[in-house]
Amino acid sequence: MIDYYDLAENTSLTELLRQYPIARDFLENLNPGELDQSLPLPDALESGDQAWLEELGTDVDGILEDFAEFLETFSRPEERIADIGSITITGGRDKNGTPEEQTITVHRGEVLSIVGPTGSGKSRLLADIECIAQGDTPTGRSILIDGIAPDEDERFELEGRLVAQLSQNMNFVMDLSVDEFLQMHARSRMSEDPAGIAARCFACASDLAGEKFTIDTRVTQLSGGQSRALMIADTAFMSSSPIVLIDEIENAGIDRRQAISLLTSRDKIVFMSTHDPLLALSADRRIVIRNGGIHKVIDVTEQERKSLQYIEKLDAAMMTVRNLLRQGEQITEDCFQDMGILGEIE
Amino acid sequence: MKLITVAGPPSSGKTSVILKLIEMMQSRGAGRIGVVKFDCLTSFDQIRYREAGVPVEIGFSGKVCPDHFFISNIENAVRWGVSSGFDMLITESAGLCNRCCPHIREIPAVCVIDNLSGINTPRKIGPMLKFADYVVITKGDIVSQAEREVFKFNVRQVNTRARIMFMNGITGQGAFTLARHLTGAPEVTTLSDMRLRFTTPASVCSYCTGETRIGDEFQNGMMKKMQFTAVPANGSPE
Repeated sequence: MIDYYDLAENTSLTELLRQYPIARDFLENLNPGELDQSLPLPDALESGDQAWLEELGTDVDGILEDFAEFLETFSRPEERIADIGSITITGGRDKNGTPEEQTITVHRGEVLSIVGPTGSGKSRLLADIECIAQGDTPTGRSILIDGIAPDEDERFELEGRLVAQLSQNMNFVMDLSVDEFLQMHARSRMSEDPAGIAARCFACASDLAGEKFTIDTRVTQLSGGQSRALMIADTAFMSSSPIVLIDEIENAGIDRRQAISLLTSRDKIVFMSTHDPLLALSADRRIVIRNGGIHKVIDVTEQERKSLQYIEKLDAAMMTVRNLLRQGEQITEDCFQDMGILGEIE
Repeated sequence: MKLITVAGPPSSGKTSVILKLIEMMQSRGAGRIGVVKFDCLTSFDQIRYREAGVPVEIGFSGKVCPDHFFISNIENAVRWGVSSGFDMLITESAGLCNRCCPHIREIPAVCVIDNLSGINTPRKIGPMLKFADYVVITKGDIVSQAEREVFKFNVRQVNTRARIMFMNGITGQGAFTLARHLTGAPEVTTLSDMRLRFTTPASVCSYCTGETRIGDEFQNGMMKKMQFTAVPANGSPE
């Protein structure tokens, strides 16, 4: 166990910054003006402007304590969250108090779709997972992690960190290039190779997007589909959350199934709230929500999977029509004749 | 009575957060909850509190430093809460400068900050964020997961100890977690002998007493001067 206080007190800033590049952020936040970097922080501060220190309402020792705590906080490994293998949803009831019959256990790499009318309780299910409900939310559900109810400390540590979310309403608001954006996220995840991971992430996003874009594009200038593709690739590569919730990405203009398989290949648990049959039938299971509760859980059967080919055909046809529109063509019956689906509709 | 202080930049969603929090806590049996809103010039939030049936008092700092205004009125606010029979009193402070910090030692302190306010905002807000026990990030539902994570990371840089949570002020998602934590707030009947977590911004100068004229001869008392570096006619400063 490293004594960060001791380290910060006795190591020159130059050396400390080499070992802990993030320490630069602490110094920037502190905004002390010029510091002699050949000295350890307390000595550098003492040789600097004392009036500034006074104004800050603290002293050298106070800053040193903060600095040690800062270094320790950002050196802490995120082992627990990386170790999670499964979650279990159990013990809930619907709005009438009828108990949910099924306990659901989901493992890494699995995909579940969530279906049900608007207002049926899909968000509530997700909220229960996010706060790691222990029978204390309105649904009465409990969330187990690797089959065990977390104790208070563990819940405290994990709540709000389990679920990464992606929905149609989300936008980029920072004005950065794709490269800068991804590198910034990588740095916040303490990555040792931000440029490398940004490049891999971009390649993946570019692959998912229908329309190509470059790594120099401003994120705010990406189209809806490109944004969604970048968000999915970014979540797959960089988010620490073991669970990804995808909310209604039906018309996102990306290869949706490829997006899902990217996430599962990165060992995510994927929940998709969707009305898109193509996505719903691509999942391993689907949860049907009714009246605030889990009404049933359907394993996607071989038979259902077989019907996927028809849906794919319809989907491909729609895609063709969209592309024709985009290219400025006219949409006539002939198009459908060519695709061989005219007869089926008549 | 329990006391909670909530502060945050203007329009970060404090009132929405507090209303959702009250709704959630009351559904869990928290009893009567009142609010004191500290604002600067004017406010419309009292209407929203009244609509929700929440007893509210409002105070405007006007020409006085909002932080000084807060500390000189907080004790009477607590007396008002106790004599009104509240189980919990929440103070909401808006109209603050980045140097403000209306948080009291041993009293749970919440800072509300919104995800749209710029990625470096957490690093600029200062003591009201640095000394909070709970940092609630709002408006996260309309930005990307990456921006939520980076924003949270920037909050963590400034405050290594706080519980950082996301909350949607419109749907109330996330209110449960905050309510769960605040339910354990300690009981207080008076704030006598308690202390602020951080000093208030200070200035005792001629402008505090109504001076409006510009110029060195009108400046008396505690003044702070900027340093300006001369820029050569052609080129950039050293």
